[in-house]
Amino acid sequence: MATTHETTSHEEFKKHLGKYYVVFVALLCLTAITVGVSYLHLNRPLAITVALIIACVKAGMVAAVFMHLLDERKVIYAVLILTVAFFFLVLFLPMFTIVEGSTV
Amino acid sequence: MAEASPYAADALIPHTVEPHPVTGIPNGKLGIWLFLASEVMLFGALFSSYVVIRTTAAHWPPEGGLSSEILNVPLATVNTAVLITSSITMVLSWASLKMQNVPRFRLWLGATIALAFVFLVIKYFEYTHKFEQGHFPSHDNFYAIYFTLTGLHGVHVIGGIIVNTFLLTAGSRMWATEPERFTNRIENAGLYWHFVDLVWIFLFPSLYLL
Repeated sequence: MATTHETTSHEEFKKHLGKYYVVFVALLCLTAITVGVSYLHLNRPLAITVALIIACVKAGMVAAVFMHLLDERKVIYAVLILTVAFFFLVLFLPMFTIVEGSTV
Repeated sequence: MAEASPYAADALIPHTVEPHPVTGIPNGKLGIWLFLASEVMLFGALFSSYVVIRTTAAHWPPEGGLSSEILNVPLATVNTAVLITSSITMVLSWASLKMQNVPRFRLWLGATIALAFVFLVIKYFEYTHKFEQGHFPSHDNFYAIYFTLTGLHGVHVIGGIIVNTFLLTAGSRMWATEPERFTNRIENAGLYWHFVDLVWIFLFPSLYLL
């Protein structure tokens, strides 16, 4: 607490920079894992589940760290909660119209 | 610009730097997040279409085989790495400005733009290879949704290049007069750029691998 404002912000930034590199390496590793898993030729439901979980983890890291969502204001969270809700509505609404065995 | 007409003050949009008392953030940041929310719905609607087309198809891809055999997975993997790298260079350019290091900022933002071009060049090779084989969007539902989603994403990459190039060149003059406001602009451009990366994170496995 005794440090000046300037040194605190610089130290904070060094921590931030470290986080960015960690996320960067993690994203590259997860990309390699996704591609690697695809060569295992798992059955489709399992393959889709694994790929989507990895994609969600990657997206979460980008949003949380690169887009600074970890320490963001409430108003942004409010916007995002609404967006996510409508996204899932758009995603799943057409599902109810799909009749078993029908083709487009 | 500062000593413009007496009406200039009326035209100013307030809260470009200091947080708005109601939202707690500068207006630009709220604006870019609302824009990204609309982008989520744009891509969301197309992604939803993809899910419907795919789940109702007798076989996916319709012409048989696997997506990973039809599309070029190694090239797309390289492109994923390119876009992820451009995300960290973008955030580093913003961090450089926060630390008052303008030469570093220019270096990282320049790298971001260069990587965006690399992404587009690789995409160009993928597209032309498909066209040479006579595979256009009209070929079947697989190519229709592939070209629509990756095409729309490509347009967003081009948009990012335009904005970032402006901020690297003529737009960077703002640093001399309003450094904080300029730093916020870079942050907002970064939010958009990370979103473009985020979309690709979902498109890559969905279209190429599954």
